[in-house]
Amino acid sequence: MSSALDITRAVNPPRAVFLDYPLGHTTGKPHEPALQREILLQALEAFSSLTEPGSIKMLPFRWSDDQAWQATAQRGADDRRPRYDTPQYQTDEDRRRAEAAGS
Amino acid sequence: MPVDYIPRIQAKYAQEGYPAYKWVVNSDLPPWQPLRRPLSTSRLGLVASGGIYIAGQVAFHYKDDTSWRVIPTDVKTTDLRATHFAYDLADARQDPNVVFPIDTLRGLVSEGVIGALAANAYTFMGGIYSARRVQQELAPQLLERLLAEHIDAVLFVPV
Repeated sequence: MSSALDITRAVNPPRAVFLDYPLGHTTGKPHEPALQREILLQALEAFSSLTEPGSIKMLPFRWSDDQAWQATAQRGADDRRPRYDTPQYQTDEDRRRAEAAGS
Repeated sequence: MPVDYIPRIQAKYAQEGYPAYKWVVNSDLPPWQPLRRPLSTSRLGLVASGGIYIAGQVAFHYKDDTSWRVIPTDVKTTDLRATHFAYDLADARQDPNVVFPIDTLRGLVSEGVIGALAANAYTFMGGIYSARRVQQELAPQLLERLLAEHIDAVLFVPV
């Protein structure tokens, strides 16, 4: 799968399926299982439909009518977090469980 | 038009004072293996780079973390967690299937579209600035694990 077309073209994998959604949604929208299923069905179909190495299948789904998210993403809103070098837990409970497991 | 991420990343590296972003370019023809059997009788592996881990596992850090996690494919979806520095985690934390389509894949196995899933899926945190370390450390380790899963094909889900 891919949601970054220029990077995928450079990487040049044997086969790829491109979904034009914002980063963090490579396989769909949250809590939309029917859409997620359709995305994956069309992606998996590429195993039989793509015959040339380096091919990229483009999926037809649009994130939104106006695609305004693309302009924001292209401008590069600074949404990266600092590159901390210690484990970054989603919750404090995760941290406690991991630390207890490690001891 | 699809977003061009390479210029954005170039600008980000320059802004942070890193050496110039040298993204991987593979010009050679990629290796090609057709599926040997229909997907409906195939065992499918899953590798995802969105920083998914199971509650209880050590979470990823954000500074060239080349570690990976084993996610049994019968995992309880509510036990999945997401951590990464380079994408908005809000939706992945609401529904991990947007970057780790485990329920979707399990559904397709029930429907008979996919023969079976590998016993384990593999995840890592893909924000690794050293392509060399990915090529020399992470990728060979994942390959060894994937071969041991006896899969017919693998689905890679990057973020």
